[in-house]
Amino acid sequence: MSPLLSLILIPLVTAAFCMAGAAPRRISLFGAGANLLLGLYLLASYNIGIGGFQFVSEKALFPAYGLHFSLGADGLSLVLILLATLVTFAAVWVTPKIEKFAGMFYACLLFISAGAIGAFASIDLFFFYAFHELALIPTFLLIGIWGSGERQRIAWKVTIYLAFGSFILLLGLIGLWLAVPPELRTLDIRLLQQLGSAGMMQPGPVVYLLLLFGFGILIALFPFHTWAPEAYASAPAPAAMLHAGVLKKFGLYGLLRLAVPIFPAEIQQFAHLVLVLLLGNILYVGFVTMAQKRLDLMLGYSSVMHMGYAFLGFVALNQLGLGGMSLMLFAHGLTIAALFALSGEIARRTGTLEFSELGGLAGVAPKLGLLFGFAAMASVGLPGFSTFASEIMIFFGAFARGTAGSFDWFQTATALALWGVVISAVYMLRAYRRVFWGSRGSAVKDETEDVSSGVRWAVILLIAGLLLTGFRPAILLDYLNPVFAYLAP
Amino acid sequence: MNDPQLFPWIILFAPLVAAAAILFLLPRNDTAAAWTGVLTAALTCFLSWKVFLDPSLRITAQIPWLEVPGAFSVPIGIILDNLSRVMLVVVTTIATLVFIYSAGYMRGDEGIPRYYASLCLFLFSMLGIVLADNFVMMFIFWELVGVSSYLLIGHYFRKDSAADAAKQAFTVNRVGDFGFMLGILMLWLATGSVMFSGIEKNLAAVTMHPGYLAAACLLVFCGTLGKSAQMPLHVWLPNSMEGPTPVSSLLHAATMVAAGVYMLARIFPVLLAAPEVVREVIMWVGAVTCFAAGLMATQQDDIKRILAYSTISQLGYMVVGIAVAPAGDVAMFHLFTHAFFKCMLFLCAGSVIIALHHEQNIWKMGGLLGRMPLTALCVVVGTLALAGTPGFSGYYSKDLIVAYAHGANNTVFWITAGAALLTSFYMFRLFFVVFLGRPRGEHAEHAKQSPAVMTIPLLLLAIPSLAAGYPVIAKHFFDLPHPEIPHIVHYALLAALGVGFLLAAALYARGPAKDPVRIPLFANRLYIDNFYSWLVANVQGGLAVLGSWFDRWVIDGLFVTGAARTVWATGYVLRLLQLGNLQAYAFFFGAGVLALLYYLIFR
Repeated sequence: MSPLLSLILIPLVTAAFCMAGAAPRRISLFGAGANLLLGLYLLASYNIGIGGFQFVSEKALFPAYGLHFSLGADGLSLVLILLATLVTFAAVWVTPKIEKFAGMFYACLLFISAGAIGAFASIDLFFFYAFHELALIPTFLLIGIWGSGERQRIAWKVTIYLAFGSFILLLGLIGLWLAVPPELRTLDIRLLQQLGSAGMMQPGPVVYLLLLFGFGILIALFPFHTWAPEAYASAPAPAAMLHAGVLKKFGLYGLLRLAVPIFPAEIQQFAHLVLVLLLGNILYVGFVTMAQKRLDLMLGYSSVMHMGYAFLGFVALNQLGLGGMSLMLFAHGLTIAALFALSGEIARRTGTLEFSELGGLAGVAPKLGLLFGFAAMASVGLPGFSTFASEIMIFFGAFARGTAGSFDWFQTATALALWGVVISAVYMLRAYRRVFWGSRGSAVKDETEDVSSGVRWAVILLIAGLLLTGFRPAILLDYLNPVFAYLAP
Repeated sequence: MNDPQLFPWIILFAPLVAAAAILFLLPRNDTAAAWTGVLTAALTCFLSWKVFLDPSLRITAQIPWLEVPGAFSVPIGIILDNLSRVMLVVVTTIATLVFIYSAGYMRGDEGIPRYYASLCLFLFSMLGIVLADNFVMMFIFWELVGVSSYLLIGHYFRKDSAADAAKQAFTVNRVGDFGFMLGILMLWLATGSVMFSGIEKNLAAVTMHPGYLAAACLLVFCGTLGKSAQMPLHVWLPNSMEGPTPVSSLLHAATMVAAGVYMLARIFPVLLAAPEVVREVIMWVGAVTCFAAGLMATQQDDIKRILAYSTISQLGYMVVGIAVAPAGDVAMFHLFTHAFFKCMLFLCAGSVIIALHHEQNIWKMGGLLGRMPLTALCVVVGTLALAGTPGFSGYYSKDLIVAYAHGANNTVFWITAGAALLTSFYMFRLFFVVFLGRPRGEHAEHAKQSPAVMTIPLLLLAIPSLAAGYPVIAKHFFDLPHPEIPHIVHYALLAALGVGFLLAAALYARGPAKDPVRIPLFANRLYIDNFYSWLVANVQGGLAVLGSWFDRWVIDGLFVTGAARTVWATGYVLRLLQLGNLQAYAFFFGAGVLALLYYLIFR
């Protein structure tokens, strides 16, 4: 069996066991752990020297329509697969005792994981899309059944919004397919990339815009972002970790995979539009983030804000920017997962996430304070974490688009985007100060417990990943650089 | 381990290892944490002197950090030249003394391991700035000193004021770093390199609009504005005094805040190549800062805040020195002498504060001369050095800067001379109020000389405070120019010293119970802090609230929910038309898909 297929099947089989009534936590931890090890093994056994898609397996399903169930992974897929398995493992680990339908809960988490991994490992356009859809359903259930606040309204809203985005995306993919010359018609992403690079298919700007906004809605591109903060605030922490940390990256992955090789001209044609929108993410959403009065909403907005940087790397469309963007997918995924895990823990320990009721938490829960401090610093892009390395690459990549001695659109946008570094420090440190420092808030008591060991070790794992790849970005860049040396126009 | 090639690497990374070791292995062992910190600092100090005394040592090895083949490369590399050698010994020597002193000052504190871990992290970051051979590496460590400063200012995190000060320090520095990074990007785009050597080399070869280079240099200078607390980004430094006093001494007086000046000295050739306007702006920023901060210092009541404003003022001198002198060494010389005496003054303040059970208001002190003679002696040495008394270290370095200012711009010369008068005034005011007169409080009455672990570092620092400026000593550290100093400079500075002293003596020598002078404008720091608070609360806060409102009611409310409602209403209307809900959706879905497909295929 192809190792990539195992990566998808392990969570599915584990989910089946969970639903069948096996001890869900233990078996999920085991399944997710096995998957993480397998992901690491794949990374280690991938031959960087040869590059390209490896571990390829193809099964023709409906040959008449060119439909194949084909899997394969290049450096980019592998980095995202590592992200998915790592965050899944952490999300399962931090899951607290679930009161109702525990088996279902874990099964949903594992379904999201399988869907995301499937999407990252598919080299067939249909399955690339279908796996992502598969992951949306458990997201709906996780918010609707186990969420907090107005969980049902939010579950519907998110699902309809994302389904709408997927629908636009589907139209774009159909357009893409139709643009292939009929005698070469294929759903194979590798072939599509080759045809695109060779200039043998030109689907045109409409298809590009469908892909841009279809993927854009899934990534919470301004102004299609309002689903995200509410959803993450309402979702149980492990679900928010998986969605914000992994599933949302599907959109950016799709842009890298499809838009970059096939639509380089269109990306440049609409670069100004995307620059304006991404500044909406960074500056406008940044200010909205500052105004938040609850930690979970603030984190949700901050996650939306950071997507602006990813888009900046995308429109930079050079090796540096695209590499930075994909490094950011990884770094941001780990960071936001750690932050949501910890905010879930704060809610459990104090019963609230309102800034007005918190304060001085580090005095009674020093370990929680320390871990949150690490995660917050990763989020503001402190050197030492891979978030910093990715931001540096994106800034340099975007700034390089243009000529020395003048300030054109790209340089102006980069300068404005840099201001986001100040904004994120403002809201993140303010949050830290309000929750952990200063005088005690009403919800912080002497008997408030420190971080539980599950959350603690899971977050340490995520932070260790961030530090390791921050001190030595080459760990990931060795995989990513060749991809963009090939993909970048 | 005995390979000199390894020394700089050990100097750089030993503190990081120590910080991690304290954090993870000794999180509850106060004594072991303190020893680890002190021994690490001592090790870096020892090796730094070895490196300093071995001028032939060259380090060519680099650790690759960020590599994108063909596009970008940032190594972790070490630059060893006279500039970094001097800075190495200054930083590590002072750090060692402060690490030792801290063991006494922090006794009984609940967070000693946390404190020492942060100090070690600071030392690592600071040494990274000193040794960096490229801009991005310097920026990395620049940010890291920012975070260690944040952690140390927030050491007493339960205090709201300390928590706010830490946050402010980090945020204000980020504002400076915004400009710094942008400047780095511009220089990189123009020269194709982030290496200091590469930028200098390529600068001559590339042609660009002089305005572009000027803008790039001024943006880089924004980094100095933040880190070295120059106006208008100076507000964080006085508030940083919320941190423990040894921290104020090491970070916020002697070393970290001087990093901005060090950076300017590092890129001095670039500044020389840039249009005249760059050095002009730098000169004026420095001059205004050194005078305005001096004014603010005259009316502060908190012993540490007086010293903090004094630090800002002296950093202003250094910045002026960068702008007016023909070599970076002139400013570095003042950085060098200032590091010793200002560090010592802060440690003296710390001894007083500890002796008075954490009292910092100088009007509750008084009469400490007899009770704490050693501390008083050191304060006298520090005051004389800071005020620029002939024979003390500060005199030589300040003299040189003011002399060059005289050659560059007459107004700036008078401003810097005026700031010297202010320096002399506020320092003697501090000395008279704290040490002379009668004790004005219970604690001052019973004050006692601090333990040896605190006084020995003080006395050791008194030696360079006195002598570090002597030409026989300075020549081993700097390659100083010897300009013809006009008599007017000497007269002006001596007059400033004397007038400042006499004014302070007339007002404060008899030990008044409260300040006979009240100038609210100075006491309230020229209302700059108030302006910023207003800006943050109203402009930034207002924009945030406005954005939040817009997001909720317009984007989400009007567009998203509105669109959803429209769809729902359409369905409702169709139901009235006897169509089932499901069919209606299916119909519209199908029709929409068909329409789009039709468009895509046959357009």
